[in-house]
Amino acid sequence: MTSHHHRLSHGGRIDRDKPLKFTFNGTSLQGFHGDTLASALLANGVRVVARSLKYHRPRGVVGAGSEESNAMVKIGLGAGASPNQMATQVSLYNELDAYSLNCWPSPNFDIGAIIGVFSRFMPPGFYYKTFMWPQNAWRIYEGVIKRASGYGTAPEAPDPDRYDQINAHVDVLVIGGGPAGLSAALEAGRAGARVLIADEQNEMGGSLLSDRGLANGALATDWLKASLSELDAMDEVTVLKHATAFGYYDHNFLGIAESVSDHLLSDSNTVPRQRLWRIRANHVILATGAIERPLVFPNNDRPGVMLASAVSTYINRYAVNPAIKAVVFTNNDNAYQSALDLHRIGVHVSAVIDVRPKPIGKLAEQVRGLGITVLEGHVVVDVKGGKSVNGVTVMPLDRSGNAVVGKSHRLDCDLVAISGGWNPTVHLHCQSGGTLRYDPGTSSFIPDSVMQAMQNAGSCKGSFTLEQCLMDGRLAGAKAAREIGLRLDTSSGNNATVQSPPQEPVTPMWLVPSPKPLGLGPKQFVDLQTDTTAADIAIAVREGYESIEHIKRYTTCGMGTDQGKLGNVNAIGILANLKGTDPETIGATTYRPMYTPVPFGTVAGRSIGSLFDPVRKTSIHQWHEESGALFENVGQWKRPWYYPRPTESMQDAVYRECMATRTGVSLLDASTLGKIEIKGPDATTMLNMIYTNAWSKLEIGRCRYGLMLGEDGMLLDDGVTARLGEYHYLMHTTTGGAATVMAWLERWLQTEWRDLEVYLTSTTDHWTTISINGPDSRRVVGKLSNDIDFSNEAFPFMSIRHGTVAGVPARVFRVSFVGELSYEINVSSNHGRRIWEAVIEAGIEYGITPLGTEAMHVLRAEKGYIIVGQDTDGSVTPNDLGMDWIVSKRKKDFLGKRSLYRSDILRQDRKQMVGLLTDDPHVVLPEGGQIVDNTSAAIPVPMVGHVTSSYMSPFLKRSIALALIKGGHSIIGEKVYIPLENGKTVSAMIVDRVFYDREGARQDE
Amino acid sequence: MLLIPCPWCGPREENEFTYGGEADIVRPVEPDSLTDSEWANYLFMRKNPRGLHHEQWVHTFGCRQWFNVQRDTVTYQITATDNLR
Repeated sequence: MTSHHHRLSHGGRIDRDKPLKFTFNGTSLQGFHGDTLASALLANGVRVVARSLKYHRPRGVVGAGSEESNAMVKIGLGAGASPNQMATQVSLYNELDAYSLNCWPSPNFDIGAIIGVFSRFMPPGFYYKTFMWPQNAWRIYEGVIKRASGYGTAPEAPDPDRYDQINAHVDVLVIGGGPAGLSAALEAGRAGARVLIADEQNEMGGSLLSDRGLANGALATDWLKASLSELDAMDEVTVLKHATAFGYYDHNFLGIAESVSDHLLSDSNTVPRQRLWRIRANHVILATGAIERPLVFPNNDRPGVMLASAVSTYINRYAVNPAIKAVVFTNNDNAYQSALDLHRIGVHVSAVIDVRPKPIGKLAEQVRGLGITVLEGHVVVDVKGGKSVNGVTVMPLDRSGNAVVGKSHRLDCDLVAISGGWNPTVHLHCQSGGTLRYDPGTSSFIPDSVMQAMQNAGSCKGSFTLEQCLMDGRLAGAKAAREIGLRLDTSSGNNATVQSPPQEPVTPMWLVPSPKPLGLGPKQFVDLQTDTTAADIAIAVREGYESIEHIKRYTTCGMGTDQGKLGNVNAIGILANLKGTDPETIGATTYRPMYTPVPFGTVAGRSIGSLFDPVRKTSIHQWHEESGALFENVGQWKRPWYYPRPTESMQDAVYRECMATRTGVSLLDASTLGKIEIKGPDATTMLNMIYTNAWSKLEIGRCRYGLMLGEDGMLLDDGVTARLGEYHYLMHTTTGGAATVMAWLERWLQTEWRDLEVYLTSTTDHWTTISINGPDSRRVVGKLSNDIDFSNEAFPFMSIRHGTVAGVPARVFRVSFVGELSYEINVSSNHGRRIWEAVIEAGIEYGITPLGTEAMHVLRAEKGYIIVGQDTDGSVTPNDLGMDWIVSKRKKDFLGKRSLYRSDILRQDRKQMVGLLTDDPHVVLPEGGQIVDNTSAAIPVPMVGHVTSSYMSPFLKRSIALALIKGGHSIIGEKVYIPLENGKTVSAMIVDRVFYDREGARQDE
Repeated sequence: MLLIPCPWCGPREENEFTYGGEADIVRPVEPDSLTDSEWANYLFMRKNPRGLHHEQWVHTFGCRQWFNVQRDTVTYQITATDNLR
């Protein structure tokens, strides 16, 4: 690897005063500021950059931009590593560490290449066809296959980098900073539009950066410089480089990933690595350019086979001398420029091989004038050399142009510059909803109709000359400005005028004719990244695949991280030829975001860790923490799960909390229960429609439990609602259902029941709710209030009293979720913790015990009380729960009523809620356990139900469970079986689901 | 992501809203008089047109108001809104 041969002594846009050190697979190399990793590797004479995915063939750099599909590398090691980077898109920085993909131990000696030897036995669909037997073995094979192939490995530790996100609203968004994009931005900017122009490269300019042509009588780069300083002087114009527009979404919403410090080696965390721009634009101008199309011929993947435009870019922009001896292989005029560029820097151009019988373009004349051989009507039929090209074999085409004829001969070269024409970069256009049409003039797919307020300008719409690009951009910029109502200033401007030489049309050549039948000669690669060959497409067609979308999936052509930027159109052309039709009929595949890979970190931005989702805490939260509580997430809420004492296990703590509730007194933070204040003269009417039971006769000061159904008759939520006044209710919802219920009520009031006068206010956070449970609870609350009579006569079950608790205004409910004498004290959240501590103070003499959600769940299960969302799943009706007692027969209507006697709801074999008692009282069934009624049935055994809740009950001294079982209500007393993961089967008896105090005497006393 | 013109707040990003399905589905006045299949039509059957669609949205993270939108399901263009007042 000698670097001086490959780096030109002058020219290019690299800064020779700023040398940079970097490593590639551990070897120290040198490049310059302004290099990409790809240009620096080429300048160091590195030919093999990676191995290919399937056959592990050595691969070198093929392109110079985001179309690169060979030179995939991993940057860095450890947590901050970035796999699957295109070497052409990585700006070089000091101490960059890059590693090859798909090879071990090194790209030059790769064990996996042995696969390539057997490649004839790996047709498309190979994995599907080979590893389908025996039936369950695929997952074993899959692991092995994935290790043997695949792309880079993702880091396993958390990403240490920081990512930002920003929103922007602009008049005109221009994507692409080439001649068309810059012209458009200038024109719109001059009219006073707020413009944002973004380009994925490390500097603006696009093709101007590697073009030696003229614009406005000056060098392209001079016009570029003048244009950029004019844009810079406009206050409303933002110029973003290193910024890839990866997705075009609805209503002109686009995502741009900007590299902020990828290209800077910085340990400081003050600068984000990338920034995600979320942009809403009034008008979008796509000036995304075009990507040169490769030619498909035998061994066209050898390191040293490179796009002609990339060759020119490496010479002109990066001052790289890529070869000693070169050939150019083309079907169009454009590639002749590369021959001229190569010749200029002293590379011997052995020949330009042109498939056209008589190329007469101006560039061709120039090339001939330099004494370079032009082999007319010839093609390359083989490339010699393994890890680097050392020659090509060429043959003449016959008169039809569809077959080779005559004698072959060899040309020595270490570079093959290829061009099969140009493909407009239409990805974003298609994502925006625009359509494509096949343009026979350029043999490419170009934009047809547009769906949103946008335009295409320049070579992305098939205008391939510099002259057209500049004109296109100006017209698009002017149109955009007009459409958003701005007046154009036509007088000013550094407008470029340029005349591009007329070009001879390209002769489409999707598959270069070869002397050997398809599939028998060396591989002709269509998609380099996924190793799809022309023969693979032929096999897919032979096996009956017709649609390009199916062929894409079967052969994997176009399914790499590059999304087939180089290979797709050739694949379409080859398919058209095989089927005897044209590319228009075949059509293009769907383009989806992302245009190029975007790191997950960029998409996530700051919404990670504690900022991923809000955390809601009650006013007593800190007390719970200080008391050693463990927490459980319920929606966004943190609820105390259980309060272990120093030496206690979870089981010990739950046992103690349950027993205290049943035999003494406990207190529970129930503040998270949803609370909705309902006011208005029609509040009762609304409740009658919302709940299944009747509300008209509920007295002021009394509470009632209610079930809420969807219109489909399925349980939506449940809870206790209290009547506080004639036109005033307080509705309790489940903790997780609060927002849903609020939205549900609002929806009906605003859309269907607009004649009802009802007002809803969510007050969940305003009240702290302390639930005091157990036979001693009356004695505890009695100590805390002078103005509330807690006797059973004065304050019966399911009623509410207003008064003062520990000196603070309070609403006290006598309701219970655990089946004991219980009081719920509601005070302003500002007093929450103080009152909680006052309750504990009052309860110390009774051994008051804090109760967590786990013990609460055990206690409610003993009572057979359901939890919506745990025991129900959106397919459960009140009848299924055996709760038809709460469904009014007299009410004319309520939400979901009609659904309760649809034929399907009346089926007797619906899953119904029952209790389960295991034969062995020590066995606790797993929640979600599947239930069968016949253990000797053939596999798969029919499932008759599942376990929804299951606990060890301290009070009953045995396990209990709730379950949904088909027709369960009518088979009480029968045996069922629950097969476990460990192969054992537990037997249990179906019982009524109330395990404790069936009469409800405890809570009523 | 759509840009939805809330009749009360002005144009806002789609993620501030919740979709409510097809608009103008009137709840039957006497559900009990309907056959199973008539009730199922009300419950489940939707037009799902290719083209103009009348649909409901609510500005969940804004004014919390429901409103109707006329949107083309092909172009996604929103051509009218109705604040239901």
